[in-house]
Amino acid sequence: MKYSEKVMDHFTNPRNVGEIENADGVGVVGNAKCGDIMKMYLKIDENDVIVDCKFKTFGCGAAIATSSMATELVKGHTVEEALKLTNSAVVEALEGLPPVKVHCSVLAEEAIKTAVADYYNKIGRPVDFEIEKAHDEE
Amino acid sequence: MRASNLKTRERSLNLARFVYADNAATTPVSRQVLDAMLPCFLEDWGNPSSLHEKGRDAKDILDDARARVAAVLGADASEIYFTSGGTESDNWAIRGAAMRLRAKGKNRIVTSKIEHHAVLHTCEALAKEGFEVVYVGVDEDGVVKLDELRASLNDKTAIVSIMYANNEVGTIQPVEEIGNIAHEFGALFHTDAVQAVGQVDIDLSKLPVDMLSLSGHKLHAPKGIGALYIRRGVVIGNLIEGGGQEKRKRGGTENLPYIVGLAKAMEIAKEKLKDLPRVAKMRDKLIEELTKIPYSKLNGHRTKRLPGNANIGFEFIEGESMLLWLDIAGVCASTGSACSSASLDPSHVLLAMGVPHERAHGSLRLSISHDTTDEDIDYIIETLPPIIEKLRNMSPLWEDVVKKEGARV
Repeated sequence: MKYSEKVMDHFTNPRNVGEIENADGVGVVGNAKCGDIMKMYLKIDENDVIVDCKFKTFGCGAAIATSSMATELVKGHTVEEALKLTNSAVVEALEGLPPVKVHCSVLAEEAIKTAVADYYNKIGRPVDFEIEKAHDEE
Repeated sequence: MRASNLKTRERSLNLARFVYADNAATTPVSRQVLDAMLPCFLEDWGNPSSLHEKGRDAKDILDDARARVAAVLGADASEIYFTSGGTESDNWAIRGAAMRLRAKGKNRIVTSKIEHHAVLHTCEALAKEGFEVVYVGVDEDGVVKLDELRASLNDKTAIVSIMYANNEVGTIQPVEEIGNIAHEFGALFHTDAVQAVGQVDIDLSKLPVDMLSLSGHKLHAPKGIGALYIRRGVVIGNLIEGGGQEKRKRGGTENLPYIVGLAKAMEIAKEKLKDLPRVAKMRDKLIEELTKIPYSKLNGHRTKRLPGNANIGFEFIEGESMLLWLDIAGVCASTGSACSSASLDPSHVLLAMGVPHERAHGSLRLSISHDTTDEDIDYIIETLPPIIEKLRNMSPLWEDVVKKEGARV
């Protein structure tokens, strides 16, 4: 199995690792049993723009790289735009993932959406979107 | 590692050091083994079944190699059958015995939960063909539970197949007791000794073993060669039909260069058994130093383990990430994490030992050899802690522990 250079770049030098205190939205997805957990923090301004995004991930190289790429792809965008982020867009931005690792990108998409749902709940906006789960069991 | 390979790799990657600690996966062919093989490609290339001079020469070389393999194991030459490797030997032993003994009304197969997939998948296939398969459990050190083994046996049991030593956690099984229990019930006893040969002194003249599988590429012979020992008097069905080779038990023109390589490698391995305490000492240093890292635990038995195997679980991080960083640092190792395989489940061996999923994902297997040096060990001990710290610092699980217990890496 071989990772693309882009994946290895984001794995060895992950962007936006860390926590955001008083984040506007937090999403934790995956589980330790399956070997990957992603935690996404979003800082959102009054115009619904994601001004900051940080992550912490327990997982394989692909899980770390997809987390890192996902934060880059949503930072500076509105939550509306972030909700349009698909796992395949993350895979594409990483110049591909080995087939067995594609579920990691689904987890990244799930993490962003879960964090946005948390934000919606906090501000009392209805969660009007579906979240695809990377793992069947929790 | 051999110096020439090592230098090239260090130069090309600008590494401080290159350490191959994945000998349980495979080993390089040694120069002495290759030198022994080369004449069989260039001069002694005859078919041992041919009547003419080239064939007779090849037959002499084949007989000699078989006798040498047998001598290393305390067996008779007539009890050694060459195969394509450990997987074929396991398939043949179990399927051959099961098929043969079904005719006598024996339809039970007893194995353990920690076998290699060559054994487990063969048993699963036989279960689909109507055999009753019982998987015996292991204790937390990975030792087969003998009372459970005894309870799973009956007079309808065709074969018991339990590995000599485990490939992941290195635990050595009480083979003699297992064989005796199998025989009490009139069952054949097969052992997959792919990891054990070369790391444990095996004398088949003294062990209650009916069949034993071994593989060349774990002991510096090439991939694609192995053997099955079948004790004289034990009759099993064939797996590969062909032109009457191996006393009509295993078809296919004998792979003479590889067979010669295997014989040479086994003789060298036997000779090097006396150097194993040095290897075990390096293993112990790895275990001692690496388990000083907080939230780490040795997997497998502390003393009843292969001299080259150290398997340690690190909590709150995932194995593949650890391997990638180790690889960048020039260290080749292995993990029981699901993320290094196609499934979401981590190592079946660790789960059978009762290791929780979370910890199984963070397991690291370092398998060293005679070629490993003290400097290699020091390098691993120095390289790993910062990697674990780096990964823990970005792990949400670690974050929780730090908040709760104020833990530090």
